[in-house]
Amino acid sequence: MTENNFWLKKIEISVSEAEKRTGRNAMNMQETYTAYLIETRSVEHSDGQSVLTDSLWRRYSEFELLRNYLLAFYPHVVVPPLPEKRAEFVWHKLSADNMDPDFVERRRIGLENFLLRLASHPILCRDKIFYLFLTQEGNWKETVNETGFQLKADSRLKALNATFRVKNPDKRFTELKHYSDELQSVISHLLRVRARVADRLYGVYKVHGNYGRVFSCMCRESCTVYRMLFLTRYASSIDDILEDEEHYADQLKEYLFYAEALRAVCRKHELMQYDLEMAAQDLASKKQQCEELATGTVRTFSLKGMTTKLFGQETPEQREARIKVLEEQISEGEQQLKSKNLEGREFVKNAWADIERFKEQKNHDLKEALISYAVMQISMCKKGIQVWTNAKECFSKM
Amino acid sequence: MDMNSFSPLMPTSPLSMINQIRFEDEPDLKDLLITVDEPESHVTTIETFITYRIVTKTSRGEFDASEFEVRRRYQDFLWLKGKLEEAHPTLIIPPLPEKFIVKGMVERFNDDFIETRRKALHKFLNRIADHPTLTFNEDFKVFLTAQAWELSSHKKQGPGLLSRMGQTARAVASSLRGVKNRPEEFMDMNNFIETFSQKINLIDKISQRIYKEERDYFEEMKEYGPIHILWSASEEDLVDSLKGIASCIDKCCKATEKRMFGLSETLLPVVHEYVLYSEMLMGVMKRRDQIQAELDSKVEALTYKKADTDLLTEEIGKLEDKVECANNAMKADWERWKQNMQNDIKSAFTDMAEENISYYEQCLATWESFLTSQTDLHLEETSEEKS
Repeated sequence: MTENNFWLKKIEISVSEAEKRTGRNAMNMQETYTAYLIETRSVEHSDGQSVLTDSLWRRYSEFELLRNYLLAFYPHVVVPPLPEKRAEFVWHKLSADNMDPDFVERRRIGLENFLLRLASHPILCRDKIFYLFLTQEGNWKETVNETGFQLKADSRLKALNATFRVKNPDKRFTELKHYSDELQSVISHLLRVRARVADRLYGVYKVHGNYGRVFSCMCRESCTVYRMLFLTRYASSIDDILEDEEHYADQLKEYLFYAEALRAVCRKHELMQYDLEMAAQDLASKKQQCEELATGTVRTFSLKGMTTKLFGQETPEQREARIKVLEEQISEGEQQLKSKNLEGREFVKNAWADIERFKEQKNHDLKEALISYAVMQISMCKKGIQVWTNAKECFSKM
Repeated sequence: MDMNSFSPLMPTSPLSMINQIRFEDEPDLKDLLITVDEPESHVTTIETFITYRIVTKTSRGEFDASEFEVRRRYQDFLWLKGKLEEAHPTLIIPPLPEKFIVKGMVERFNDDFIETRRKALHKFLNRIADHPTLTFNEDFKVFLTAQAWELSSHKKQGPGLLSRMGQTARAVASSLRGVKNRPEEFMDMNNFIETFSQKINLIDKISQRIYKEERDYFEEMKEYGPIHILWSASEEDLVDSLKGIASCIDKCCKATEKRMFGLSETLLPVVHEYVLYSEMLMGVMKRRDQIQAELDSKVEALTYKKADTDLLTEEIGKLEDKVECANNAMKADWERWKQNMQNDIKSAFTDMAEENISYYEQCLATWESFLTSQTDLHLEETSEEKS
């Protein structure tokens, strides 16, 4: 198949541009949205040159569709998250407007990151719908819907029910759920405080800028006004510093959203396990019924038992018929239980393999992010030393 | 008006000339050392007030002893300032801290307010001690040495309330006239005072804002570090990195606190004192103008032959001397004040720059050592994987 060849070559994916568009939505009302240009290049092994093979425009809702499809068809995979739909954890200067160019730029980077994660995932990268997402502009939405993924997806209600009622989930998944809750809580907290700290830091820098204007007139005639520009430059340097930090915040946000992806896998396991337990329970009760009918003892209360007591016993032929039906159901049930068990074990095995892969990726990425944060702080301190050393010189010549 | 018997242009001893140059840098050259400390609350049925302990050490002959300890309250400081202004209307008397701060005060006597006031009162007395003329003022000596009852009885002497009120009325009436005939050098001085006042008020506001912002930043930072420790509890592979970051943030937090503290110790009090000085200067200029106005009105009276010309001529002679003395006193003190002001402001801001440099250097060192530890670990890990 063509897509296998596609993946054998080395490819580069980039979301290179963002554009504001207007169009009509489902209710035929005019709306404004942003479209993103996705370019795919294949790299020839021999000379390392890249050739543009595909380029098309997609909007955020199409990315969402792709992800929902992947969630439905690959429940054992920790599916990479999308960048946030709306700006959260904003500090006051940062815009919460979806159309704001800075937000759009950060989202463009986030969407590119999402596609790169998919392309580097051993299982997801082979998916045909993903391939079409990158290559087929028109009709892609219809193609996705034709897969019937919405039916495959488990209802939230069912999943919730299973979470509460399951008796024997795999302990590792229970721990994983607990871990993902903690991860989400701590990263949210961290992002909230970081936003407040950024706000305050912004205030400190900006107020210093006010000094610049006042001082330029307080110096003796011999001084030049440019000297006091240092303080004005100090004040404006905070904008770049905080922009870099926003990138760091985005890296953390990705893992914040990954927590939900982890929980999705746990939910699937709970659902399957619950299903298994229910099937086993059902089988056990049928077996018992069968036994009771065969031996004539009624160990459990049943309506049938009561009615027979009230209205008389059934005939031996009727009883035989019922036993036969039950025996058939039991044999079917045993088959089903066997296959469900197998499915369950396969799921656990595959899911856990992907979770291990995810853990390694997470440790690597977060460590890099923390190091990059330190690098940012170092650069900020160096700039600060420079500015204040110059300022000190100016002051001493006042 | 009374004039001190010493002319400000002739310092009475070589020692007081040296005092003119140095402020608090070389205490061994000073012959009058004053400290203000130990604020204490006194509660009576009528009121609550704070007294401050004033300790004076001196080697001057005119003092009866070499060490004195007295307690004074803010009202006493006000009295002293009033006496100095009376005695030297055209000298630049050091400013007192405000009576009370209206904005943002819950109670009159919270600890920060008392401490700020104590520091300002300490400055006030030391500035007087360093002033070539004011340091020998008799009321100043009484203030530093007299016991409470002695001070009360001393206060009762001198011009009463009514005469002071009369002075104020005359002052308002004649001030405008004085402004019209102001010599050019004083016009220049006045312009400088007005510009300076604008600038220093602006700087004061900005500095207070900076302190507030730094304090808010510090408060948020305090919460930032511990979150990383919390996180490290659920991440076995990232424990070192997260704990490292937490420790860096905490160290930077402490450095911020130190920087804040430096600001409140050096820059803010100095700038605020000069805000008060700028108000003081305008008052001095007014008084100079009044003295001039008195002369001008008498000269006018002579021109229109309104009263006895011989008496008027005699009075005019006296007033001309008075005006000349007042102007010379002010000019000399002005030069001295300007010099001090430039030095004080320069050194306050240089110190602030120094504090900021030291702050960033501390933070830099913390983050760099964290980075080294991480990259060393990384190299270890990759070499382990390879082998």
